[in-house]
Amino acid sequence: MTVTLAQAINRALTDAMAEDDRVLVFGEDVGRLGGVFRVTDGLQSRFGEQRCFDTPLAESGIIGTAIGLAIYGYRPVAEMQFDGFTYPAFEQLVSHLAKLRNRSRGTLTLPVTVRIPYGGGIGAGEHHSESPESYWVHTAGLTVVSPGTPDDGYAMVREAIASDDPVIVMEPKRRYWMKADIELPVTAPPAHEALVRREGTDVTIVCYGPMVRTALDAAEAAEEEGWSLEVLDLRSLSPMDTEAIVASVQRTGRAIVVHEAGRSLGLGAEVAARVQEAAFYHLEAPVLRATGFDTPYPPAKLEGYWLPDVDRILDLVERSLAY
Amino acid sequence: MVDDLQRAGSGQLDPTSLLPPAEPVHLLDPDGTLHEDPDHPVGLDDAALLELHRTMIITRRVDREAINLQRQGQLGVYASCLGQEAAQVASAWALQDEDWIFPSYRELGAAIVRDVDPADLLHLFRGTWLSDHDPYEHRFALLSIPIGTQALHATGFAMGARFDDNPIVTVVYFGDGGTSEGDPHEAMTFAGVMRAPVVFFVQNNQYAISVPLAKQTAAPTLAHKAIGYGLPGYRCDGNDPLATYAVTRRAVERARAGHGPALIEALTYRMEAHTTSDDPSRYRSDEELEAAALTDPIVRLRNHLRNRDLLDDATERRFEEEAAERAQAVRDAIYDAPHGDPLELFDHVYVAPRADLAAQRDELRAELARREDDDGGAA
Ligand SMILES: Cc1ncc(C[n+]2csc(CCOP(=O)(O)OP(=O)(O)O)c2C)c(N)n1
Ligand SMILES: [Mg+2]
Repeated sequence: MTVTLAQAINRALTDAMAEDDRVLVFGEDVGRLGGVFRVTDGLQSRFGEQRCFDTPLAESGIIGTAIGLAIYGYRPVAEMQFDGFTYPAFEQLVSHLAKLRNRSRGTLTLPVTVRIPYGGGIGAGEHHSESPESYWVHTAGLTVVSPGTPDDGYAMVREAIASDDPVIVMEPKRRYWMKADIELPVTAPPAHEALVRREGTDVTIVCYGPMVRTALDAAEAAEEEGWSLEVLDLRSLSPMDTEAIVASVQRTGRAIVVHEAGRSLGLGAEVAARVQEAAFYHLEAPVLRATGFDTPYPPAKLEGYWLPDVDRILDLVERSLAY
Repeated sequence: MVDDLQRAGSGQLDPTSLLPPAEPVHLLDPDGTLHEDPDHPVGLDDAALLELHRTMIITRRVDREAINLQRQGQLGVYASCLGQEAAQVASAWALQDEDWIFPSYRELGAAIVRDVDPADLLHLFRGTWLSDHDPYEHRFALLSIPIGTQALHATGFAMGARFDDNPIVTVVYFGDGGTSEGDPHEAMTFAGVMRAPVVFFVQNNQYAISVPLAKQTAAPTLAHKAIGYGLPGYRCDGNDPLATYAVTRRAVERARAGHGPALIEALTYRMEAHTTSDDPSRYRSDEELEAAALTDPIVRLRNHLRNRDLLDDATERRFEEEAAERAQAVRDAIYDAPHGDPLELFDHVYVAPRADLAAQRDELRAELARREDDDGGAA
């Protein structure tokens, strides 16, 4: 069956709600409209207005009440409409959702899932193309995952909802319409295991979310140049599968990290640090980063220059191989 | 006279003085009949009424052009103000030239009053750049997409003016949905305490994307929200240009005179989709839309002007022609407009030049050069 990422996530929400009546889905426009990306389409008509509801327009309210509902005993799945609109909820995410488990010495359990469509590449308006994942990864107490395929969309959302810890699911909005031929429900390895999406021998491309497809395209194009790229999909950003990264780099001796987010203190910095800590003597070249620039996200007409793409990755592959 | 501010918080301030009227202020019937109200004098001469009408007609025509441009792939997205022309144009009309406007993303009408070139605003929707007008020149701040956030900016600006005894007022526009965000509430708290000369102008167009007002608030009206901050809440028929003008003018002049901020709820209706990306058939009926169309603000003022023989066919044609010219000018400016220089992305991030960004700019420059070589080689 042909399934898009958006449909796979929709099905994951549907199945989770059907299995456990403590699962609630809420956010801006998720009910009647089915979400601005239709990811929650049909949930309200199937499960009723108490299980899938439109909230007032207030992101701090959405996350804060998700916390309260979780403490009471529900399993909330909150949607942030867009990456750039998570910032009003920053306080609730960072000071409360992330910390209550620790503050309560393990007494409180916060099985909250926060779904965030993120990233650029769809020509969207200002504030609709942000990549804020580093904020969450930097926040102890949050688990952060990002699916790069429809299968993972299904599996990761199911796993997030089943988790007793708060999980942020960073959904690559430019891949919502990406298709796969799969039968749902699918199973996948747990999200904390990174997966080699394509084996190669020359350079490891470490990527996640929207850049998995881009990295695979780069690997395809690299073949023409006679370069063999290994594509490692991190899947989970926190925790990060250091072992898988190190194992791959030990094989190839080279690594390039790819993400849309700006370079400074992006995940590439963390990957590079872990690689040099654990595989210093295996490295044939410094770890390089194909990323967005350290500027605010550009207007839509310029995003093609800003976002990492196949060419930017291949430029770095060439540089890495030239060491 | 004991200052209201001294009484605030003491339980002595009579809250009924802050309550909105039972009925929204309404002066002009759909058929154009005017009901004068001594509490809300309009005070616009005939020439000004015609100007108001003309500006609404231009707004509507340019708005439609923007929708067309989006359909033709020239804009990424556009948020129409169809049906909200009176709420925007007549409220902006009530300001003095030096007063400042802090808009959301839907305020084309207010921008036109301020002589902002609509094409400059549309560049945001085209994705050419993130803004293209000089806020100081027009006293019109940048469009603000994160909902409600600009309410605090308008408040801070007004605080500055008050500290300097500068007799200007700010007006901030936001929507019914925006009244749920935290920022406007913090703004009203500050404005009340600081006596900031700011008017919070809520265009209640009944929807926040798909979410109707009934799911947005349990308050009796949005104007009632003001009372908790010690601000008076006013309400007007936002499709009635004269009521909107009179109510806004009163609030603005009250603020200018040092009597503090106020909130206005203008009742209107979003006739178009939320944006061009939206499909309203999923959440509202044709009947509802048809009923709303009967309250059209432009038809209403037109009827009034016609009834009073202030608007003849020739004048009306002249307005339509001018509106078409303005729309054409916008079209010419936007259609196939080239995108800017990608290297400019690094130029405005900070005031002071930075070596790290300069290095990244060089990287992009080299990347662009390599691509040009590749393209040249392929050709
Ligand atoms: C902080 C924030 N959250 C969500 C959004 C997405 N969004 C854009 S417009 C909108 C609805 C706004 O409704 P309202 O305030 O009534 O203004 P209107 O669009 O009706 O003019 C939403 C939810 C946003 N722009 N900013
Ligand atoms: Mg609205």
